[in-house]
Amino acid sequence: MQRGGFRTIGARIVHVSVLVVFTILLAFPFYWMVIATFKQNIDLYTVENNPFTFNAKPTLDHLRLLFGETQFVRWLGNTALVGALVVVITLLLAVPAAYALARLTGRWGQHLGIGIFLTYLIPPTLLFIPLSRVVALLGLQDTIWSVVLVYPSMTIPFSIWLLMGFFKSIPKELEDAAMVDGLTRFGAFIRMVVPISVSGILTVVIFSFTLVTQEFVYALTFISPESNQMVGVGIPIFLVRGDVYFWGSLMAACLITSVPIALLYNLFLDRFIAGFTVGAVK
Amino acid sequence: MSNRQLGAVMFAPAVLFIILLIGFPFVLAVLYAFSDARIGSTGFHLVGLENFRSILQSPSFRKALQNSIVFTVCAQAIVIVCSTILSMALEKPFRVRGLVRLLILLPWVAPVSLGTIGWKWILDSIYSVITWVLIWLHFYKPYSAPMWLGEPHLAMASVILVHCWRLIPFSTVIMLAGRSAIPKEIPEAASIDGAGFWRTLFHITIPMMTPIISVALLFGIVFTFTDMTVVYILTAGGPFDSTQTLPSLAFATGVQGSDLAAGAAISLFLVPVLVAVAYFMLRVAHRAEVV
Amino acid sequence: MAVVETRNLTKVFKEGELGAVNKVSLATHEGEFLVFLGPSGSGKTTLLRMIAGLETPTSGEILIGGQVVNHLTPRERRIAMVFQSYALYPHLSVYNNIAFPLKAQKVPREQHRTKVEWAAGLLGIGKLLGRKPRELSGGERQRVALARAIVREPAVFLLDEPLSNLDAKLRASAREELEQFHKSVGTTTIYVTHDQVEAMAMGDRIVVLHQGVVRQIGTPKDVYEDPADTFVATFLGSPPMNLVEFSDVIVGFRPESFLPADLLPGAKHVRFRYKVNYVEYLGAERVLYGAIEGRHFESKEIISRLSWTMPAGYDAGSVHDFSVAESDLRFFDRKTEKRADPRPYPWQ
Repeated sequence: MQRGGFRTIGARIVHVSVLVVFTILLAFPFYWMVIATFKQNIDLYTVENNPFTFNAKPTLDHLRLLFGETQFVRWLGNTALVGALVVVITLLLAVPAAYALARLTGRWGQHLGIGIFLTYLIPPTLLFIPLSRVVALLGLQDTIWSVVLVYPSMTIPFSIWLLMGFFKSIPKELEDAAMVDGLTRFGAFIRMVVPISVSGILTVVIFSFTLVTQEFVYALTFISPESNQMVGVGIPIFLVRGDVYFWGSLMAACLITSVPIALLYNLFLDRFIAGFTVGAVK
Repeated sequence: MSNRQLGAVMFAPAVLFIILLIGFPFVLAVLYAFSDARIGSTGFHLVGLENFRSILQSPSFRKALQNSIVFTVCAQAIVIVCSTILSMALEKPFRVRGLVRLLILLPWVAPVSLGTIGWKWILDSIYSVITWVLIWLHFYKPYSAPMWLGEPHLAMASVILVHCWRLIPFSTVIMLAGRSAIPKEIPEAASIDGAGFWRTLFHITIPMMTPIISVALLFGIVFTFTDMTVVYILTAGGPFDSTQTLPSLAFATGVQGSDLAAGAAISLFLVPVLVAVAYFMLRVAHRAEVV
Repeated sequence: MAVVETRNLTKVFKEGELGAVNKVSLATHEGEFLVFLGPSGSGKTTLLRMIAGLETPTSGEILIGGQVVNHLTPRERRIAMVFQSYALYPHLSVYNNIAFPLKAQKVPREQHRTKVEWAAGLLGIGKLLGRKPRELSGGERQRVALARAIVREPAVFLLDEPLSNLDAKLRASAREELEQFHKSVGTTTIYVTHDQVEAMAMGDRIVVLHQGVVRQIGTPKDVYEDPADTFVATFLGSPPMNLVEFSDVIVGFRPESFLPADLLPGAKHVRFRYKVNYVEYLGAERVLYGAIEGRHFESKEIISRLSWTMPAGYDAGSVHDFSVAESDLRFFDRKTEKRADPRPYPWQ
């Protein structure tokens, strides 16, 4: 009895310490961003100061600098605009394609679906060199339109895959009923399948949008003017002047950008995971 | 219009888009790799294996190839062990599980470049919090602590650390999904049959999770092997090319150095790994479907 | 209202394989309640879906109201269908579910409310119009599905196992409601089921299907009392008809007509020595499993069904004289398994 009790207590201690250690390790950089955001420079850049506490009064200077004297807001705007456009393009192309592969094309639709899923594995670092030429030839270099064009090639494959799963889970009888009730096959898709799949479509919206905010390589390669940058490149590249890092503002910018994206992504995480597991989890 | 025709009309635009923006550039990348294309000059000539010959002889390429492999292997080994442990700890519900899950997930869901810049601050040459703690603990005297990103081995370790930090959450949630798919009766039956914690873990749980662990591993390999963001922001390949990887070298050569052909040739060395991953991914998908 | 007719209707899913439906020719009567009955895989649902236009026939013709409709899409066939799962649109309220066919068929908007209310009133779901399908019970869902089917006054109703998702108790009352409903609207109805009780209780006529082929079409009385072949004989009735092989014929008799000999006075009948092996006590009746002794039927399992009014004493292990009235014997050809003419009883 005692031994069992000891063992359960021991197991609890192990359990709790695993969680605590991992949580601290994984979340620490974000905690550190919060601290840096509100520390005065004199506090931040004094080596002897205990970095965990505020040795001088907290300040909003870094935020003022970030919003007042950098292009941060502009980058946020660019990213939001690109994100919205990429979402629209992704939906227009991926929703019908996913429906076709899930319902209309029979068995080879399934194979083509897996093939399309595999293209999601192709990284930007393989294609950024030829694409930089394509973008230049199209005259899109240094504009946000370059990434508006290229990002859907990253979002569409995975979105098709996610949506195929959603559409397959809709009972076929619903579409049959809609057709008997007076719709064409395409009408049933638009008026029945799409409204029912709202949550799947929303998942694709969030996935595409967060991917746009997270992408780095294409934006770095295609766009050089500071004012046309995306937030993911602007912060780490342009908030650094020469060798001078404005750490306070830099961390503030990271924090302000990351947290909303993280919260959004977290809401839909389980759906993304269902897509990632390629049916290895049923 | 038959279902088949309608289907073709509905998926053609997406497939066309994918061909134009993935298939065509890929062909172009291969073409460049066998040519003398440079930024600034239009047109190019095919030069056969010339690019491959010269990059294979370059020490920085060999170092980059070696780094890519070392980073991927080390990071994935750590990630798989850690995320297996973490997923076990997160499996049973507890009071603040939702919050803990969000905190643990932050590294994955936040933009990579921004998380990495956070680490750059943590690993700063002068104001690093790690340095401060080590001095406070009297491991080092003030101003004598190592520069985390300034010494080759420490810089490599730092890159691996950031990759682990970023991928442990991803791997953990995938494994959580896999664990929750194991019917509860199976570990229960094992415990009634007399299996203890470790036996259940190694003979029941882990074997049953092999497909899901391989999915996490395959994605992890792609994300580390092809990544350039972490290296580019953290060390920009330095010091002295000691942390250069294939993608970052391709970027330095092809974009910053204007040598499109060599850059494209370097990138192509990613392809064998991607093909292998795709092959194993198909096997997992196939097996999942048969079962 | 209209008559549905099929001519040599065939559906082959995979080339080279046996058809799911093979050369089915049948015709409903005006306003009839026709049941397609068969085990799973018999092709009954495929047949129904071809009539609905949801599957394309491989060959043959479908006629609705005397017009060939093969080339028409489902929406052009003036049919309504109730699906096994009811297929209620989960994102629409009950009102909008019922109004959906009107919208889809571009019925003028002013008429929607009156028509929906009429259909809902007919099925007693007027109070549910604001709800979403997930807030309804199984029985309520069925009624919504029926209301959606009736609202645009279709020429033909198609029902695909609409009761199979209900629990046993609800199923009985839903069956009754469905019958009442059919009587009140009088629309030609085709009803698919694998449940012989439903088929017997509701059908004006039953089409028995097996492996894509029509085995028999007839009233419930016809198919039960005069099965066209041994498949129909054993598929209908629970427990099934006893079949006894003898030279070139198979002789069949229902368990309820195989009774203790002393209870069958007068009429001409055939006598057997019956050894009871096992008794199932089912309350209102007892089912005896046993074998006929002597003659040529040794060891063949024969079932008898005794109502509770009959005397006790037919316990396992006991042997009795049982008999069947001659008029209750059915004969089938041993080779074709089709119905054969009555003949003298050579074993006598």
